[in-house]
Amino acid sequence: METETIIEVKDLVKQFGGFIANDHLNFSVKTGEIFGFLGANGAGKTTAIRILCGLSAPTSGSVIVAGIDASRYPEQVKKSIGYMCQRFSLYEDLTVFENIRLYGGVYGMSLKDIRIKSDELLKRLGIDDLRDRLIGSVPLGWRQKLAFSVAIFHQPKIVFLDEPTGGVDPITRRQFWDLIYEAGRAGITVFVTTHYMDEAEYCDRVCILSEGKIQAMGNPVELKKSFGVKSMDEVFVKVARNV
Amino acid sequence: MTAESKLVCRVNYSSSMNNPIVECLNVSKQYGDIPALLDFSINIAEGEVFGLIGPDGAGKTTLFRILSTLILPDAGKVMVLGHDVVGDYRFIRKSIGFMPGRFSLYQDLTVEENLKFYASVFGVDIEENYHLIKDIYAPLEPFKTRRAGKLSGGMKQKLALSCALIHKPGLLILDEPTTGVDAVSRKEFWDHLQTLRKEGMTILVATPYMDEAERCSRLAMIQKGRILDCGKPDEIRSRFKGPLFQLSCADRYRALLLCRKSELISSAHAFGQSIHLTLSDGAGIDSVEEMITEQGISEVQTEKIAPSMEDCFIQYLT
Amino acid sequence: MSRFTSLVKKEFNHIFRDRRTMLILFGIPIMQILIFGYVVNSDFKNIGIAVFDKSDDAHTRKILTKVFSSGYFGFAGNIHDQEGISAEFKTGKVKAVLVFEPGFGDRIDSGQQANLQIITDASDPNVANTAVGYLSGIIRNYQAEIAGPTVGQMIVDAQLRMVFNENLISAYMFVPGTMALILMLISALLTSISVTREKELGTLEVILVSPLKPSQIILGKVTPYVLLAFCNGLMILLLGHFVFGLPVSGSIVLLLAELLLYITLSLSVGILISTMAKSQQVAMFASLFILMLPTMLLSGFIFPIENMPMALQWLSACLPPRWFIIILKDIMLKGNGLAYVWDETLILLVMTAIFLFAAIRKFSIRLKV
Repeated sequence: METETIIEVKDLVKQFGGFIANDHLNFSVKTGEIFGFLGANGAGKTTAIRILCGLSAPTSGSVIVAGIDASRYPEQVKKSIGYMCQRFSLYEDLTVFENIRLYGGVYGMSLKDIRIKSDELLKRLGIDDLRDRLIGSVPLGWRQKLAFSVAIFHQPKIVFLDEPTGGVDPITRRQFWDLIYEAGRAGITVFVTTHYMDEAEYCDRVCILSEGKIQAMGNPVELKKSFGVKSMDEVFVKVARNV
Repeated sequence: MTAESKLVCRVNYSSSMNNPIVECLNVSKQYGDIPALLDFSINIAEGEVFGLIGPDGAGKTTLFRILSTLILPDAGKVMVLGHDVVGDYRFIRKSIGFMPGRFSLYQDLTVEENLKFYASVFGVDIEENYHLIKDIYAPLEPFKTRRAGKLSGGMKQKLALSCALIHKPGLLILDEPTTGVDAVSRKEFWDHLQTLRKEGMTILVATPYMDEAERCSRLAMIQKGRILDCGKPDEIRSRFKGPLFQLSCADRYRALLLCRKSELISSAHAFGQSIHLTLSDGAGIDSVEEMITEQGISEVQTEKIAPSMEDCFIQYLT
Repeated sequence: MSRFTSLVKKEFNHIFRDRRTMLILFGIPIMQILIFGYVVNSDFKNIGIAVFDKSDDAHTRKILTKVFSSGYFGFAGNIHDQEGISAEFKTGKVKAVLVFEPGFGDRIDSGQQANLQIITDASDPNVANTAVGYLSGIIRNYQAEIAGPTVGQMIVDAQLRMVFNENLISAYMFVPGTMALILMLISALLTSISVTREKELGTLEVILVSPLKPSQIILGKVTPYVLLAFCNGLMILLLGHFVFGLPVSGSIVLLLAELLLYITLSLSVGILISTMAKSQQVAMFASLFILMLPTMLLSGFIFPIENMPMALQWLSACLPPRWFIIILKDIMLKGNGLAYVWDETLILLVMTAIFLFAAIRKFSIRLKV
């Protein structure tokens, strides 16, 4: 499998007035990787992911996503990626199919294509009976999985997930990560942020953010070894104490 | 929920417990068609740190709102500090410390102003009760003129806890106090809770973090309004239908798929870089190792491990 | 399928599935047209006329019969001396006074000029002018009827003497009404979001689980706004007086007391809305819509109440601004004291008590989830 760099971030700074949300971030992500961005609320994760998605402009620094300069051509970036923000991003008063059709349409898929692919998707998830149900009445766990599937429906090269598993039960969480793995196998790069340290273990590489800066980065197994601890939680504690 | 665990919960609801701080018997609550709590029964004794563990929608917030007299149960009897939540809510509201889900102190008031406000609402003198919150409030002191909205997550939680404690409540109810807070602050928060417990405070905490469950003196695992199991952490672990094995190898994802299909294995779940699995009747862990290796996966290692709270919870869910 | 079409389709779905949007799209226009149609009724009827008939003869009586059977005017009493004119205007029920000179009929029969005067209360200039126009018309008709070589001319002297607004200053008309409107809006708007804001932020939960009683919480919220809105009202009064020359003919103490009452009433309305609204947006929307529109249309501020159909008149009676405007005009322009405004004041007092009480009752000690 090719392992070229698909995201390259150099000296990214984002400032809101006097407050520095992202303080000279430097990292890169390879194609097909599952890359985790960890940190507590307020550490700067959401700010960074929005810049990568072309939703926000950096104060300074260079951000290249799928070969496109995100600060200069944010619209191009948006076309090539999928995005799932905190919680879910489906319209509660539209049905499952209507949501899929909407997002498919937004990314320029033909109606015929949408119909075929959505049938496949619903069958694969085992929820084709939910096709015409309003999202508002679909159970929470399913909404998350559905939102993810919708985010990758148009087969983007990268999908950005901002805290996708907040508050769900352990089984649903694992099912969600199964979906992430499948996407990874299909060659989609997954960039995920989370404040659950144990989810870090599911990633190929992680980056720990605190107060706007990257405090540690690497493969979870190696990080645990180098800090001499058994869990990512403990890695974080050690990192925080060193700050 | 098995009949066995139902029995267990009844046993845990012991009317022989002297003067329980909280007593819930057959509590139910519904929002329209959606049941939030179903036939819920629980006791909490004085001086316990009681944990309510479960995902969103399990019923934790609903239960807390009933206990703090903010909403009425549809059915069942609820007594807090010996008083009924329906008729005697005034007494209860004076005597408990409540920290609801979000940060709910006044963002536009300073740290000091918040604390003073709550002290005066409860009619207490801050100096009198300062010793209760000294350790928790100490790191906030240098920031006392800062607006609460501008504090970090961990500091906000400390402030909220101080405000909940300042009137020396008989019971502390904390609804997900550490969600989204950094790991260091979480640890510190729970250290504070342990200290409070040693001083005799009864604490009821809701959390979705399984690792925090381990730090409770007793806990109840809930899902969709029902109790899956309750008791001391050790007791819950002892009820795990094991033994539990941890398997690590080179290609975890593929191994997981294989395990799920295999008849040798009763359950298999991803846990970080490894897989936790339980065996079907009559199967041996060696045959599992063999099976995986035969499929071309290398570096297969297994070991028997003690179940964690998360393992127990997952078992109850499936 | 084009991206644009998907977006349009989605929006239609949102619209049709949202009750509130449908209400705005269809419910409100229908209601507005109906209200406007009935209220903006430039038809003229039942305007109170008092009569100072110094002559009392066949001609005057015929004229009066015609006037009062025209359907436009209502008989509001006889006046017997000069002072009586102002007295009648003070009651507010009389919009014009018809004065016939002594010996009116005799002068006509003998071919001489006969004078009659129409004095109007021009604090309502629209009504005043129209009254004069219609009355003049009736008199001209009568003149034509009795025309003949020996019949004298009736000269109509229309004294658009603004009894209380000598110089037809529009500020006199508008400042009281505007004041009532502004104060009600600000007070209600401000307090309406205060409770809902706490609900939204979650701070309400913590306050409830405390020894505080609902009455304490509500009064604690209303009090600072009373003081602030009072200063606001004072400022408007001062501006009106010094910039536009608005007089304060009556007792200032009474005026300020009424101001305080009205403000407390508006704040209570706001709090009541606040306890019932689910979010700040709903509260603001309700305040603006339930209060502003009816106040502008039905409080007598712009359109005369007398012209409205009974149903709307009843609605108008439920609006605090309607009574406050009367009080303001009475005290400031007419110099009336408590003796004249006690009934309107009583109404406002009762309304305040009702709204405060309702707000405290509605303020649930439990969360409505």
